[in-house]
Amino acid sequence: MKSATGAHTGTGTWLLQRATALVLAAALPGLMIHFLTARPVNFLAWQTLFAPLWVRVLGLLAMTALALHAWVGMRDIFMDYVRPTGLRLALYLGVIIILAGSVAWMAAVLWSAT
Amino acid sequence: MNARRFDALIIGGGGAGLRAALQLARSDYKVAVVSKVFPTRSHTVSAQGGITAALGNVDDDRWEWHMYDTVKGGDWLGDQDAIEFMCREAASAVYELEHMGLPFSRLDNGKIYQRPFGGQSKNFGGAQATRTCAAADRTGHALLHTLYQQNIACRTQFFDEYFALDVLRDAEGYCLGVTAMSIETGEPLLIEARATLLATGGAGRVFGNSSNAMINTGDGLGMVLRAGLPLQDMEFWQFHPTGIAGVGCLITEGVRGEGGCLLNKHGERFMERYAPHAKDLAGRDVVARAIALEIAEGRGCGPRGDYVDLKLDHLGEKRIAEKLPGIRDLSIRFAGVDPVEKPIPVAPTAHYMMGGIPTNLHGQVVAPARFGPEEPVPGLYAVGECACVSVHGANRLGGNSLLDLIVFGRAAGGHMLEYLRDNPYPRPLPEHAAEASQARLARWDRPGSERAAAITDDLRRMMQTHAGVFRTDAVLREGLDKLTQLDDRLAHAGLQDTSRVFNTARIEALELENLIGVARATLVSAIHRTESRGAHTREDFPARDDEHWLRHTLYSREGDQMDAKPVRLKPLTVESIRPKERVY
Amino acid sequence: MKFRIYRYHPESGERPHMQDVGLDIDPAGKMLLDALLAIKAEDETLSLRRSCREGVCGSDAVNVNGKNRLACITPLTELKEPIEVRPLPGLPVIRDLIVDMEPFYKQYRSIKPWLINDEPEPEVERLQSPEDRARLDGAYECILCACCTTACPSYWWNPDTFVGPAGLLQAYRFIADSRDEATAARLDNLEDPYRLYRCRGIMSCVDACPKGLNPTEAIGRIKSLLVKRRV
Repeated sequence: MKSATGAHTGTGTWLLQRATALVLAAALPGLMIHFLTARPVNFLAWQTLFAPLWVRVLGLLAMTALALHAWVGMRDIFMDYVRPTGLRLALYLGVIIILAGSVAWMAAVLWSAT
Repeated sequence: MNARRFDALIIGGGGAGLRAALQLARSDYKVAVVSKVFPTRSHTVSAQGGITAALGNVDDDRWEWHMYDTVKGGDWLGDQDAIEFMCREAASAVYELEHMGLPFSRLDNGKIYQRPFGGQSKNFGGAQATRTCAAADRTGHALLHTLYQQNIACRTQFFDEYFALDVLRDAEGYCLGVTAMSIETGEPLLIEARATLLATGGAGRVFGNSSNAMINTGDGLGMVLRAGLPLQDMEFWQFHPTGIAGVGCLITEGVRGEGGCLLNKHGERFMERYAPHAKDLAGRDVVARAIALEIAEGRGCGPRGDYVDLKLDHLGEKRIAEKLPGIRDLSIRFAGVDPVEKPIPVAPTAHYMMGGIPTNLHGQVVAPARFGPEEPVPGLYAVGECACVSVHGANRLGGNSLLDLIVFGRAAGGHMLEYLRDNPYPRPLPEHAAEASQARLARWDRPGSERAAAITDDLRRMMQTHAGVFRTDAVLREGLDKLTQLDDRLAHAGLQDTSRVFNTARIEALELENLIGVARATLVSAIHRTESRGAHTREDFPARDDEHWLRHTLYSREGDQMDAKPVRLKPLTVESIRPKERVY
Repeated sequence: MKFRIYRYHPESGERPHMQDVGLDIDPAGKMLLDALLAIKAEDETLSLRRSCREGVCGSDAVNVNGKNRLACITPLTELKEPIEVRPLPGLPVIRDLIVDMEPFYKQYRSIKPWLINDEPEPEVERLQSPEDRARLDGAYECILCACCTTACPSYWWNPDTFVGPAGLLQAYRFIADSRDEATAARLDNLEDPYRLYRCRGIMSCVDACPKGLNPTEAIGRIKSLLVKRRV
């Protein structure tokens, strides 16, 4: 059967992957330095590390960017290797649940402790 | 045999065939193109320097001057009505190509770039003109791809990698289509059409040293000969002055147009002796003879003294990169020489067939019949190198071949439309129409003691020796004897490989049959014409003889018969250009 | 010289195999095509395509020692023995070194490779500055030999949905042409997760192109136009 192309998407997801990569490139070094300079040794120190609002916001932002970035990558892989539409949709759903769940869970963790 | 039916059929997917196909595809008629290679592999793709038209973008120019140069370049053998038609249509044909998207190089003012070419003059033989429109040194490539692209847009039906076998005619002489063979499956196919156009290109591969693609085997000429129709002016073969020595690949005349020059082993710019006025930009036959003489008289370059130098390093790397990039590439690859630093070794190489299938300026194939020497064969057309209109006469000018394809491709396409309107119903096919083709195919299924490929090699060697730049009666007759022996050997030839799927050995055997026909036409015509004119140089008859030979020769296969017809000296609207001495 | 040549003949019923061939040939100044034709002169069952024998028609693209090249402009002296010659990868083999090019041509046709300009035609040529014309350099020279496209893993995997480097280079040739008016439609045609975006920029095509063209760069330029249009 002929394959239907011309979904009129592509640039959006391509841009999203690049944009999220930029966010990660900007956010990760800041967080890294923050952690390395503080060197948390126990749970309390770990908690205080996340006390400032900017750390929590930046952490969540990085996590969201990572999830979106991973989503585009996973989608690309499924598009190449999983041809049956039903299975592909199921896998998409699975990945979305895992990624969105991770983001939500992280938000919950970051804001529940205070 | 499987059969298909179209309104119009075109054999050959080069520049001429595709231009004609476009004319037909834009109408409502069903048109098919049969090509033995994918169309962009056709030999038009190798044309380098450009397409000539008096646009006057660089310098003053008029089509009348172009016409004069073409008549003179052809040593007055060209038909002046056809030449006027071509030169007059040239500008509009080139503009049309530009509108189709051909990526011409440009002048600073945005117009099409033009360069000087050999044999071009202003004011009827005056100063050098600048008339050849170019897309760098890839004009043929740009042109062929543009035409193919336009044909895709018009949804032309292509039979790619189908080899045409024979023209089908009925008892009244009407052409009804062709038989062909799918190269991929080996299956024969009968294609019926009310109008058939042969655009099968040249036959330069009949020579051992040739600038031509390996597919240039004169297939259309063989078809026409087998159909009992004549070939015209087959003694006239152009040897291009500058093929890469020992290889044959072409170095465009545009190199000399841009300012390159030829040197012998003493570093002398020898063309000043042979053509004091035009020098390196004299007619191709003149330059090729000059090089052949320099080499024969011991002034050639290299350890064996078998080539001359084409110097262009003085043009500078920038100009070469901009205007001659493909040449630099070819030279580095095939001659091991970077022309930015050192001259390119060049020698004459068989290049273009001025003769071919006789046609009128509508592209209709004409043959002597009841009412005169030029009766159209109904439903059969020919354009391009395989045809002889004749606009190139005894020697073609550089840049006129692409023009020939486009102008007469368009004209033939247009005339075919009229013909289809006037002949709306297909004529019945004779019962055993395809039998001859089937017999030809079956013949190569039988084993034989001779190898076809070996005969092809010997044929090429023979033609190189016996029908080269300089000819004499004795040398030509000896060649004809050898050809007869080759013909006998062909009767005993067979294939090791009789398979069906993409059997290229079988195709080459069928091509050999066509080449042999071309070789015979060339030798017999060359023996017949006892004068020297244009590219046909007889050492035993060194002068041009207008009294006896200002006429076209017609060769027919039946009994190697020679016939003649007058040259049309009367143009359509302008004054006739009377024959005079041809000096550059 | 020693050669290993891929042989496949559908009528024989045999499976494809590599054939060892020895050939007595002086490699100096000779191209791979000369050697293949010399081998064919000995054994006419070897099938390959060839036409111009000077690298402009694009008929004789084959895979030589793992790299896609044009046989007619590949000097024998450059090649390590045994010289392994195979048909282009990623396309169905018809026989020996001959592949079915139709999937490749189909992708080429899919980008509408012809100039589109519906403005009234002037009496003379449309003007184009030398600078605008220079934008076509590196794109219009493509000879459709398929060396690049059949060297692209993305094309091997998605031959029916990914246009491939050759087709995309031609798409760019028309987008870049100042005379073409269909840029928006051409970009729409490529706005798809597969048609253009399967290119991962690994530049296999650049490495393979016998004419020294750079399809990856052209794809990058199309991408930046797509992005510009989007943001």
